[in-house]
Amino acid sequence: MDYFLQQLINGATLGAIYGLIALGYTMVYGIIGMINFAHGDIYMVGAFISLIGLMVMGALGLTFIPLALFLVVLLAMIFTALYGWTVERIAYRPLRGSSRLAPLISAIGTSIFLQNYVQIAQGARAKPLPPMVRGSVDLIHTGNFQVTISYLQIMIIALTVVLMAGFTFMIRKTSLGRAQRATEQDMTMASLLGINVDRTISITFIIGASLAAVAGLMVTLYYGVIDFYIGFIAGIKAFTAAVLGGIGSLPGAMLGGFLIGLIEAFWSGYFSVAYKDVGVFAILVLVLIFRPTGLLGKPEIEKV
Amino acid sequence: MNKDTLPQRILEVERLSIRFGGLLAVNDLSFAAHDREITAIIGPNGAGKTTVFNCLTGFYKPGVGRIRLTHADGRDYLLERMDDFRIAREARVVRTFQNIRLFAGMSVLENLLVAQHAALMRASLFSVAGMLGLPSYRKAEKIAIERARHWLEKTELIAAADEAAGSLPYGAQRRLEIARAMCAEPVLLCLDEPAAGLNPHESLELNELLLAIRAETGTAILLIEHDMSVVMQISDHVIVLDHGAKIADGSPQAVRADEAVIHAYLGTPDSEDLPPDLAIGIAKAGR
Repeated sequence: MDYFLQQLINGATLGAIYGLIALGYTMVYGIIGMINFAHGDIYMVGAFISLIGLMVMGALGLTFIPLALFLVVLLAMIFTALYGWTVERIAYRPLRGSSRLAPLISAIGTSIFLQNYVQIAQGARAKPLPPMVRGSVDLIHTGNFQVTISYLQIMIIALTVVLMAGFTFMIRKTSLGRAQRATEQDMTMASLLGINVDRTISITFIIGASLAAVAGLMVTLYYGVIDFYIGFIAGIKAFTAAVLGGIGSLPGAMLGGFLIGLIEAFWSGYFSVAYKDVGVFAILVLVLIFRPTGLLGKPEIEKV
Repeated sequence: MNKDTLPQRILEVERLSIRFGGLLAVNDLSFAAHDREITAIIGPNGAGKTTVFNCLTGFYKPGVGRIRLTHADGRDYLLERMDDFRIAREARVVRTFQNIRLFAGMSVLENLLVAQHAALMRASLFSVAGMLGLPSYRKAEKIAIERARHWLEKTELIAAADEAAGSLPYGAQRRLEIARAMCAEPVLLCLDEPAAGLNPHESLELNELLLAIRAETGTAILLIEHDMSVVMQISDHVIVLDHGAKIADGSPQAVRADEAVIHAYLGTPDSEDLPPDLAIGIAKAGR
């Protein structure tokens, strides 16, 4: 029971990170019907920008950790958003209106480009970071096993919940969110009602990238080591989360993220750490076979 | 505007042509529409009516011709050069579609708010103020909701404000499309077959709605319609197209007596392939 609880906490932390990345996948899919395979690498770029930001803060002698983290979150969001915007502008917008396959291939190319770019710019070796947020809370103490939740885990889960709530509010209640949903449903009609569709799509990429940047910072802090290849596996897992929740559905992406995190944690806890990815991707296969629209996705019904 | 003065010319289409491969869909078409008038564009299937609308709203860029829209304050807009969202936002030309294109998954009210997006975005400083719930944004949103409520009342949809647009019955969806277009505060409202699929009672209501819009806002209305009871009763001015070219232009009475129009609709006397519904419509209207 204690062990279960501990894995629940670990899984929720992991799930929060996946959920943030999955939002970017599902938003882009919703609005232009394309799987943005470069999104995982945008997250990797976010992690590197966070790492550089943290080192700059250290070099500047900013030792008050909460302030340093706050500044790094802002910096990472801004710069990663810039990457997201640029990718859309260069690799996807010129291909809008062509076949569905073209932007998909362009996305894979962008993904390879970003990986190699970071590898050349930052080196191929894994980059370590000393733990910055220390300390934890003991929840349950029985015998020689204790259930703990670290401050970092609390921070990750809390920040994710706040971001997701703010994001949901924006999509549901603000004019920008309405414009995004309208563009998602009928791009031409939205345009004929005065919505700048190109800009709305750019904003979607910017939001997706800045959420991925937060996930990147969290991973950097949580694992303490990153390399240029982390985007691939995390990207595929977040994509699995988006599919599990129902691609195109925003609450689905959040739910899917948490579920994938939990599945991974329990699989490594009760079966085998080495095969944890097998567990996650088996879920992807099963979802695609038995419920292709995901948990919260709506089937596309065409009226005739 | 004073009744004695002539209505101001608001839309002027000059020598418009557009070609799709070997098909000349619109051929050297010139016409005008006036402020506070309902102008109907009629013609047999494939005459190029919807293509003209597509040129007006920036969906197609015509190969030849000029489309000039003049606002009451004298500003001119050359629509053939503008992006489609700017035509809606700045020139204020808004259209509806033959097949209904609502945002089916959004509520009725949200559909009307989307049409006011540009104004709301300005008020919300690109959603920053909207996220923070600042008073300036809340005020703008209140105005937007008031306007939406006004048009929902006019179209008798107020009770359905929170329902999903896609779940409304067909006739209500048609009215909602017009309400949504009116929320964008158009100077020129283009309606593509608004009476299609409506029963006689509903199309009578549509007539009243369009006349009410004209009386209340002075919006110029451009109308594509096959239902002759709508065309003949409410339009001030009728333009008849056939094979992309204008064959008649004038008052409803003048047009229905026009030889070329009767010929276009009914064919030559020995023609075998009459379009029956149109033939009946014209015959009724001519009575």
